[in-house]
Amino acid sequence: MKSLAELQALRDSMKGKIGVRDDAEGNTRVVIGMATCGIAAGARPVLAAFTEEVAKRNLQNVTIAQTGCIGICQYEPVVEVYEPGKEKVTYVKMTPEMAVKVVNDHLVNGNVVAEYTIGAKTK
Amino acid sequence: MYRSHVLVCGGTGCTSSGSERIVEALERELQENKLTEEIKVIKTGCFGLCALGPIMIIYPEGAFYSMVKPEDIPEIVSEHLLKGRIVTRLLYQETVQEDTIKSLNHTQFYAKQKRVALKNCGVIDPENINEYIGLDGYMALGKALTEMTPDQVIQTIKDSGLRGRGGGGFPTGVKWSFAAAQPAGQKYVCCNADEGDPGAFMDRSVLEGDPHVVLEAMAIAGYAIGANQGFIYVRAEYPIAVKRLEIAIGQARENGLLGKNILGTGFDFDIELRLGAGAFVCGEETALMTSIEGHRGEPRPRPPFPAVKGLFDRPTVLNNVETCANIPQIILKGADWFASMGTEKSKGTKVFALGGKIHNTGLVEVPMGTTLREIVEEIGGGIPNGKKFKAAQTGGPSGGCIPASLIDIPVDYDNLISIGSMMGSGGLIVMDEDTCMVDIAKFFLEFTVDESCGKCTPCRIGTKRLLEMLDKITKGKGTMEDLDKMEELCYHIKANSLCGLGQSAPNPVLSTLKYFRDEYVAHIVDKKCPAGVCKALLSYVIDREKCKGCTLCARACPADAISGTVKQPHVIDPAKCLKCGACMEKCKFGAIYKK
Amino acid sequence: MEMVNIEINGMPLSVPAGSTILEAARMHGIEIPTLCFLKEINEIGACRICVVEVVGMRNLVAACVYPVAEGMEILTNSKRVFASRKTNLELILSTHNRSCLSCVRSGNCELQKLCKDFRIYDETLYDGEKPASDYDDSAVHMVRDNSKCVLCRRCAAACAKWQDVAIIGPNGRGFNTHIGTAFNQNLSDVACVSCGQCIVVCPTGALAEKDNTKDVWRALGDPTKHVIVQTAPSIRVTLGEAFGMHIGTNVEGKMVAALRRLGFDGVYDTDFAADMTIVEEANELVERIKNGGKLPMITSCSPGWVKYCEHYYPEFTENLSTCKSPQQMFGALAKTWYAEKTGIDPKDIFVVGIMPCTAKKFETKREDESASGYPDVDVALTTRELARMIERAGMYLPKLPDEEFDAPLGTSTGAGVIFGATGGVMEAALRTAKEWITGENGEAVAFGEVRGTQGIKEATYKIGDLELNVCVASGLKNAKKVLESVKSGEKSYHFIEIMGCPGGCVNGGGQPVQPTAVRNFIDLKARRAAALYENDESKAIRKSHENPVVKEVYETYLGSYGSHKAHEILHTSYKKRNRF
Repeated sequence: MKSLAELQALRDSMKGKIGVRDDAEGNTRVVIGMATCGIAAGARPVLAAFTEEVAKRNLQNVTIAQTGCIGICQYEPVVEVYEPGKEKVTYVKMTPEMAVKVVNDHLVNGNVVAEYTIGAKTK
Repeated sequence: MYRSHVLVCGGTGCTSSGSERIVEALERELQENKLTEEIKVIKTGCFGLCALGPIMIIYPEGAFYSMVKPEDIPEIVSEHLLKGRIVTRLLYQETVQEDTIKSLNHTQFYAKQKRVALKNCGVIDPENINEYIGLDGYMALGKALTEMTPDQVIQTIKDSGLRGRGGGGFPTGVKWSFAAAQPAGQKYVCCNADEGDPGAFMDRSVLEGDPHVVLEAMAIAGYAIGANQGFIYVRAEYPIAVKRLEIAIGQARENGLLGKNILGTGFDFDIELRLGAGAFVCGEETALMTSIEGHRGEPRPRPPFPAVKGLFDRPTVLNNVETCANIPQIILKGADWFASMGTEKSKGTKVFALGGKIHNTGLVEVPMGTTLREIVEEIGGGIPNGKKFKAAQTGGPSGGCIPASLIDIPVDYDNLISIGSMMGSGGLIVMDEDTCMVDIAKFFLEFTVDESCGKCTPCRIGTKRLLEMLDKITKGKGTMEDLDKMEELCYHIKANSLCGLGQSAPNPVLSTLKYFRDEYVAHIVDKKCPAGVCKALLSYVIDREKCKGCTLCARACPADAISGTVKQPHVIDPAKCLKCGACMEKCKFGAIYKK
Repeated sequence: MEMVNIEINGMPLSVPAGSTILEAARMHGIEIPTLCFLKEINEIGACRICVVEVVGMRNLVAACVYPVAEGMEILTNSKRVFASRKTNLELILSTHNRSCLSCVRSGNCELQKLCKDFRIYDETLYDGEKPASDYDDSAVHMVRDNSKCVLCRRCAAACAKWQDVAIIGPNGRGFNTHIGTAFNQNLSDVACVSCGQCIVVCPTGALAEKDNTKDVWRALGDPTKHVIVQTAPSIRVTLGEAFGMHIGTNVEGKMVAALRRLGFDGVYDTDFAADMTIVEEANELVERIKNGGKLPMITSCSPGWVKYCEHYYPEFTENLSTCKSPQQMFGALAKTWYAEKTGIDPKDIFVVGIMPCTAKKFETKREDESASGYPDVDVALTTRELARMIERAGMYLPKLPDEEFDAPLGTSTGAGVIFGATGGVMEAALRTAKEWITGENGEAVAFGEVRGTQGIKEATYKIGDLELNVCVASGLKNAKKVLESVKSGEKSYHFIEIMGCPGGCVNGGGQPVQPTAVRNFIDLKARRAAALYENDESKAIRKSHENPVVKEVYETYLGSYGSHKAHEILHTSYKKRNRF
């Protein structure tokens, strides 16, 4: 490392990688159903897409977590987004590509991707 | 990119309780489940709750598993990591809530804590410099080198009110300014990692969990005083700490954070390790330097002080590990931030090693001024078995005992001194009603007698004579004249010894004499040990009413001191009894008691 | 000089900045007792006998190491100071083997004096367990009795800082701290050079020369023995100290009288043998220079130095002059030439050396030191042992008449006398060599460059066509420096004089012990040496080769300088000794 700028760059890239260990409250929590049904339906690549995308964008206040079966197996992979003080949003039948869009629209810009939500899918 | 991080404590406490095998089992299980790409296993430093080791935290959930065994690992992997179902039965019980898990920060043990020096311990992988950097590591050094003059660095440390955490409590910034004021030339920065107080292990935890913070702080000190060489004097009994320091120094050098022209600023600084053989006296600053120089580790008279004439007769700053652990944050967050914590004259936080008769043994970090009651009853979880708090010992062999009547005292440097104890490095040993204070004084004095370097007369001979007098008292052979002579000798040793070891060695005796004089008198006049500890003064007796004549005690007795026929009350012959207590342990009817 | 203002016991004083409280107090006539303090080499503040109060300080400080500062108020005789010093002394006494009546240092013990000064009324006050102690009489030259050790560490400092040998030092820690060798080996099994500097700085009877007086008393009482004695050059200027005389008093005549009254059959002078050494050694030097022999040649008079060389610098043993030391030359000639001349069987001749040196005891036991087939010297006594014999015989040295040495072995020159001071051998050799090389026969000239108490002296003398580079070193730490500079090629000399003890024999390990109260403030080396140079000035003959008895020995017995016979009788050999 030859300069402070280089150090800062490394710090910033590392921040995302270890941000997962921050269990500060007030974070937006993205919870992915990772029970047998979810995994069978392809929850793993979705989870991976979320973690990568969040890290890539260096989102500091997002916690990605996993959970067990949410109980709506036909809609797996299911992803729930909990924002403090807001109603939770449930996305269903997620794919990695959809995950990228959720991060971009919902987590970054605050616009729920309505067409992926359980409400839209069950209509 | 990992979706989940599993932090396993790799501190000495958890390593002893088997965390190495946990890591092995975990890695094997992850391999089998093809999860190695998704789950990251990190061996961290100490979390502080050593009594519950091995400890494991899984993020992002923050699930805190305690006393994990290798056979629990398959379940943790398949349930938690694969399916996202937390294994409630293995959680630290206090964190279990009905629907979800409680954050560790809300448990009684952690709620009142304020982690500054231990900020990264248990959070980062100490063998990976990038993780340290990810949490602003080396940014303070960068800031000091690029934005601050050495004087500004020193002023910031002065303004923060940081005082040496090794025991003496000397203001760190002032110490630095003395060394900085010396004419330019070869100067040194030393880190005292020769933690020696019995029961204290905060420095070890920092070294094991966050070694880079020490390196960064030393480099900052080097910049401030104009030194380009540092030495860490670490005891060889800390093999994990030594290994992590070696790795850390190597990584820091590779990354250009130690060595020549650090961060392109033209500042050179490097660090070498020196291993100490564990002599307690080598924690004394001049003895430590004498030892680094390759001589017998003995203190030398001051002045000249190390800041003027220290290592190899050059100006030297010596800081303790915990002191170092505060420095980068002070530089980054400012003096005011640090000074906002603590009391008027003791700023910041202090790490204590809780031990003795207390529920939660381990490391705790609290703001200065937290009361002893909060530490013992709330954080420490109180005394086990419903026993009463009798006293707390702080400051190790140089400190003293704080009686129950002073339990509400806010703990800081000056308060402890005013009641005849001292902060020391932060050992805090809790004693209950079963503790004999004369015996405790003897215990600490035995330690100093063993660890005295033998250079000066009062410490070499005086402490030994003191111990002999205490021994006489615990054997019921003391006189009231002995008590006066002993007290006089205590003051003599304090006033006449060459170094801090001798000057503080009588403190455990003086403070117990001050607060528990009646116990001494009971030993001398009544020939009784009120706590029932001093063997020579107690006898084991069988209660005829309770004894069922089962003969178990007689069979357990190694000295054939118990006689009696089956189904008849037994009797102990005091002449033969060795007072080992084996009979009392065996008796199922509580018929045997000490008096 | 920058001065600071301080107050001692309420008296305002001005003292140099940077001085210690001890120095400052002494400057103004205020004495502070010390025990461990040995100026320049043992300033460690360990014994706490010199503690004083500094107003405003919680603890007492050690005056021997604590520097004064502007405005400092010091109390050297407060109640607290007295009580503290006394308790420290009582603590020391609780570990001390208090068999003072039979102690070799009784009457000359610094601990005993402190007890008297402090009015100790109960030496058992703090008695308890005594630390384990060992008694080591394995070495030829000395005895270590740790039960009398007060752990002042002056011995260890002398060994490490003057001699750079560091064969003894503190072992163990706390109450079990004791002075010993590495791994507590016997002194005879380690690379001790036998110099005895540890003994002369020991405040108590923990270190002492091995007492050989009984061997001498036995010989003196044996009618079949012809017992003769030789006294080394420096004894005459130090023996008086053992009887309370001023440092640097020449008591040659009284010493001779005392020896004669002790019953010696011949009272002779090692100075004669020193003259022999000079001619033989000067001849060897000339031969080496002429014939391309090993250079630099280094003197071999000091057995402590020779042993050091064998242990630590065996690569230099070829540089050592093969000449025996004066003590051994004396013995060799006594049992050959003198035996023949007097018709006494050498087996009946008992030669006693009175030496300033403990290493001389070791030297008598060396191999290749028995020209007649019997050991050249039977017993070497130190100055201290001689003083004890004189006391035991009921003599008071200052009251004895002045008498002369016996002939023939008592005839000597001024060149022999100055052997006792550093640079003396060099100067004596130069006096002779200059005349031999230039053929001039003039007044003896002083070679001032090689005189004085400095540890290392260098000079270049033009003698004939030769530019002779010489060096003089005393104290083994200085010897080491010189050897290293020669080894590295940095320095090139023809001739080097090395004496094992700092200042040479006048400050030898066998000399009367002066307490630190004297030693710390008076340069013993310089005062004693001055008396030797004075003695040289007063001598009629001041060049060794002009000694008539030396001439007679060569003419009637040895033939020429460096002859075969001279080699057989007067030369010896060296060997490598282990360092560990």
